Amino acid sequence: MSGGGGGAAPSGIRIREIDVAVLRTAVARLLAEANVRIPDDILEGLRQAALREQSELGRRTLEQIVRNYEVAAAERLPVCQDSGLTVVHLEVGQDVHWVGGSVTEAIHDGIRDGTRSGFLRASVTGDPIARRNTGDNAPGVIHVDLVPGDRVKLTVASKGFGSENMSALRMLIPADGLGGVRRFVVETVDRAGANSCPPVVVGVGIGGTFEMAALLAKKAVLRPIDRRHERADISRLELELLDEVNALGIGPQGFGGIVTALAVNVEVYPTHIAGLPVAVNIGCHSNRRMSQEL
Amino acid sequence: MVKTLTCRPELDTEQAHGLRAGDAVEITGELMTLRDATAMRLAEILERGEPLPVTLRGRLLYAVGPSPAKPGQIVGSAGPTTTERIARFLPALFRAGARGIIGKGELHGDIVRTFADHGAVYLAAIGGLGALLAKQIVAADVLAFPDLGPEAVYRFEVAQFPAVVIIDSLGQNFHETARLAWRRSPAS
Repeated sequence: MSGGGGGAAPSGIRIREIDVAVLRTAVARLLAEANVRIPDDILEGLRQAALREQSELGRRTLEQIVRNYEVAAAERLPVCQDSGLTVVHLEVGQDVHWVGGSVTEAIHDGIRDGTRSGFLRASVTGDPIARRNTGDNAPGVIHVDLVPGDRVKLTVASKGFGSENMSALRMLIPADGLGGVRRFVVETVDRAGANSCPPVVVGVGIGGTFEMAALLAKKAVLRPIDRRHERADISRLELELLDEVNALGIGPQGFGGIVTALAVNVEVYPTHIAGLPVAVNIGCHSNRRMSQEL
Repeated sequence: MVKTLTCRPELDTEQAHGLRAGDAVEITGELMTLRDATAMRLAEILERGEPLPVTLRGRLLYAVGPSPAKPGQIVGSAGPTTTERIARFLPALFRAGARGIIGKGELHGDIVRTFADHGAVYLAAIGGLGALLAKQIVAADVLAFPDLGPEAVYRFEVAQFPAVVIIDSLGQNFHETARLAWRRSPAS
């Protein structure tokens, strides 16, 4: 259960100290690297999709997308000019004590460093209303989960907003049932159409509260596309939803075809007897994420 | 067959009128870039009746905010952004002379007729093709609004820049017909 460093007796637990400078360096490296190297599962999914796609324009589009990722990795160029809003997920062992400064500031500084070293575009406004560009891509969005042990798992994702803008959340009610969930997922992908840069990865969060459903959907979109949910019924739902969204005919970039989504990933959580929250977070084909253990 | 479209710097209207929704094209010549903040500022200037810092007459616009160039690069990654977010400003930009736009994603509703009214075209480049598309840009400089950073108006000189015709000057919309052609019933 624990990551090795923790003591056995409650009174004798060893606290592991981690300097926030280590975190800053890791965030910078992961951000710069994730933006030139698309994850293997996504690249393989796109290669398979190019073989499967029946629409000629769709197939040529997928081949171009694969080529873009090959060239970007070889020449170390950002795969997309929209290097996104940086989303940082931290799974922090409860026996970790951070030293050397603020964890939050270290993450934002890491984003600044990675943006500079990676030649990433400044895509963040300091205020959502005044809308002045911060010029350095900071701040990012940070999510923290506390877990047993003394390890830290850091995931850095660059979320492009073409797809983020097409995401949606609906507070369904119990009577809407699984049918209502399915309709909402398919309707959201249909409405997103070409705007979300298909082929997409569809992250679905079901249950919890308003904000929990959204966070589940975000975690779902970051799960590798070659890994199905461990629960058989959810895994089956993922495959059925994938078939339903691919039946829409949107195809690569909305040019028509059989590949609209590479995967539908679903995450669930207990919810209230009165509710059935559903969130759909759409990820473009440029699903940039990279993880590291500290 | 891939059709040719030239903008030197004005869009070749004869070529443009020959384009049909779904055609693959390669564009050679000059593009003028814009995105959300750029379009808003241009529209505000037009609304005040003041002169624009750039000439839109006959120009093909490109919805993009490039990433910074690495040493030795002309421009950083430079794929298209979503056109719909600036669609509300297109009628004013077309009235000011612009004759088309390259972007990505879908346009529906009244805006489709606006293209036909001005004989303008909507072309989609492939979203998320930033590294490859940058290679088709042979020169780049800032024409206006340098304070907007990546949202400044750039002049891009492009060679064989690939795109697909989405809305042609007849008002046909490829995204609508393509999706219907490939729609099927789900297996489950």
